[in-house]
Amino acid sequence: MTTLTLGKALNEGLRKAMDDDPKVLIMGEDVGKLGGVFRITDGLQKDFGEERVIDTPLAESGIVGTAIGLALRGYRPVVEIQFDGFVFPAVDQIITQLAKMRMRSLGKVELPVVVRIPCGGGIGAVEHHSESPEVYFTHTAGLRVVACSNPADAYSMIQQSIASPDPVVFFEPKRRYWDKADVDTETADWTPLHAARVVRPGDDVTVLSYGPAVKTCLEAAVAAGEEGRSVEVIDLRSLNPLDIETVTASVHRTGRCVVVHEAAVFSGYGAELAARITERCFYRLEAPVLRVGGFSTPYPPSRIEDHYLPDLDRILDAVDRTFGW
Amino acid sequence: MAETPTRSAARSAGEAAPARARRSRGPRTPRPGPGLPQPPDTAGAEAPDTAVPAAPDTAGTLVGFYRQMLLVRRFEERAARAYTEAKIGGYCHLNLGEEATVVGLMAALRPTDYLFTNYREHGYALAKGIGADRVMAELYGRSTGVSKGWGGSMHLFDAEARLLGGYGIVGGQVPLAAGAALAVSYKGGDDVVMCQMGDGTTAIGGFHEALNIAALWDLPAVFVVVNNGLGMGTAVERSAAEPELWKRGAAYRMASARVDGTDVVAVRDAARLAVERARSESRPYLLEAVSPRLKGHSVVDPARYRSKEEKDALKDADPVARTARRLADAGILSPEDRDRIDAEVTAEVEAAAAFADASPQPDVSTLFDYTYATPVAGEQRRLPADPVFRS
Ligand SMILES: Cc1ncc(C[n+]2csc(CCOP(=O)(O)OP(=O)(O)O)c2C)c(N)n1
Ligand SMILES: [Mg+2]
Repeated sequence: MTTLTLGKALNEGLRKAMDDDPKVLIMGEDVGKLGGVFRITDGLQKDFGEERVIDTPLAESGIVGTAIGLALRGYRPVVEIQFDGFVFPAVDQIITQLAKMRMRSLGKVELPVVVRIPCGGGIGAVEHHSESPEVYFTHTAGLRVVACSNPADAYSMIQQSIASPDPVVFFEPKRRYWDKADVDTETADWTPLHAARVVRPGDDVTVLSYGPAVKTCLEAAVAAGEEGRSVEVIDLRSLNPLDIETVTASVHRTGRCVVVHEAAVFSGYGAELAARITERCFYRLEAPVLRVGGFSTPYPPSRIEDHYLPDLDRILDAVDRTFGW
Repeated sequence: MAETPTRSAARSAGEAAPARARRSRGPRTPRPGPGLPQPPDTAGAEAPDTAVPAAPDTAGTLVGFYRQMLLVRRFEERAARAYTEAKIGGYCHLNLGEEATVVGLMAALRPTDYLFTNYREHGYALAKGIGADRVMAELYGRSTGVSKGWGGSMHLFDAEARLLGGYGIVGGQVPLAAGAALAVSYKGGDDVVMCQMGDGTTAIGGFHEALNIAALWDLPAVFVVVNNGLGMGTAVERSAAEPELWKRGAAYRMASARVDGTDVVAVRDAARLAVERARSESRPYLLEAVSPRLKGHSVVDPARYRSKEEKDALKDADPVARTARRLADAGILSPEDRDRIDAEVTAEVEAAAAFADASPQPDVSTLFDYTYATPVAGEQRRLPADPVFRS
């Protein structure tokens, strides 16, 4: 066991993947010499060389497109997008090419491209630097979409994503980059990439979340516990595919469910969850599935973001309301 | 066969035919002639085809430039301090080292001309005539700021001053500027649209798409690439296959030139030529201003990727010091003048910071005020779970 920050765990995971497979490449703006704006690729260019850790021009569409071309010829590129909001110039390539090449080639080609995106707010940044664009990708068939929430998962999930034969959009909770935890770097006996995990067992209500909001949910669960409510928190980890079995098993027991994410609630990932849970657990539900998330506005400036981000109070309020139905 | 709406069809159906006399299409004749003033290490540029109006600058004009440059300098230094004191949230990119470029460019515009910039735009806002207090208040995120605190450092917007935005997405502003220039062309009048960006921006698709459109449609747009040698930590030579960025205009048969961005008069002259060409002939222009970035990419960047030699060399390139020296040599800026001007702009900047600090934060309840023009059915304005919004 070693204690690592989430950022360092990603760095170690990338390093391991590069050690294990010479076809793994890293590409992005300032990922080499500078080690990336969040230093996630720190030291990798020094150790693996400029041909495997590639500093690119400022051209997201070009970077992702080039990565696709490399993947078509057997490489496993890992692309870094500096901030959530900068992925949009590349969305064309991701949606129109990356997600569709397997179908077009009738399964003849694999697209092992990982697009790493630091996501979410809470670091006092502004629009483009604090967004949660996951549903643009979960809505697109052909992409796998995952979100890590803690150092151990960061370490394993990045390696599992790189090993995936399908493209993976990999969300990193940027405000949790500096969170520390024990990581077992000796084992490869990991939870499967697309499995959800119960991170805190409970009996009264199920709280579903992923990425940066998981920690907030855990804090809310502790607070609810002090008030005598037993909250089960599930870290979904994978958004597409979705591990619906773990989710429904929990909601079947608790009969109540709250979904928490930073992205806007309207048309957010919570809508998919609410629909599926309703379909599967209709007779078990004591209350509708409630959602806590961002608002339908552009991400606000730093002075306002505390109001925008789901916090303890808003989560607890939703939990309370599931008991009032 | 059904008519596909085309641009020309849309134009004839639109409110007004273009009032500006449009140049006929077709290959352009190369225009030989003397180049613009060049910094020593730069290649020649496509020649100007109109003589620069040659009225010599008065001492007042030159000292005025210096004053504005120093205002930008002191403003940015003050902003950096406020940022480290956590008065400013988000990211904060400064024009330190680009003062001559900023002031020279803005001096070539009329107040009625439009401006688009990237996120490194505080100086442009000041030089476009927006008060230091309102710009500083925006950086502080206060409701007295140019964008009522909703824009912040990177997204200054002031329709009245015709600053059509600072843009946080690299290259985001470039096609928009072409569109604003097309609007000028449709509506008539002789406004010009200037679009500022950095060197790194010339690598992104939107830059090329917009320049092609602007040249193809003869738009009155001046694209200015401020080449500070770096896009974050990446040197131009490592990001541009043609590091002489002005030459990219050739791909679109767009007149283009490079100018020493530390020389305020040279910048003003080069920009004036570009602007007047856009104004009188409705033709776009690509101007590259070579100008150092004295500090990190943003306030939080220690710029460790720069060697000590590089950092030392920057001192000689400082345009503010350089201008002061020049004016002193020409006998139009005495040490006393210099100190007085410094005291004045410093006071202005301090007052702006005090104003910002004393201004109220935007009210959270206004969060929903600016997303849509009218309420939208199904719009998630309030959630029952939000105690903040309950009262
Ligand atoms: C589409 C996009 N990709 C990446 C970024 C992150 N980023 C912000 S500024 C910058 C460098 C831009 O360099 P340049 O155009 O030279 O402008 P300068 O900062 O030097 O003024 C980068 C990579 C961004 N804002 N937008
Ligand atoms: Mg630059």
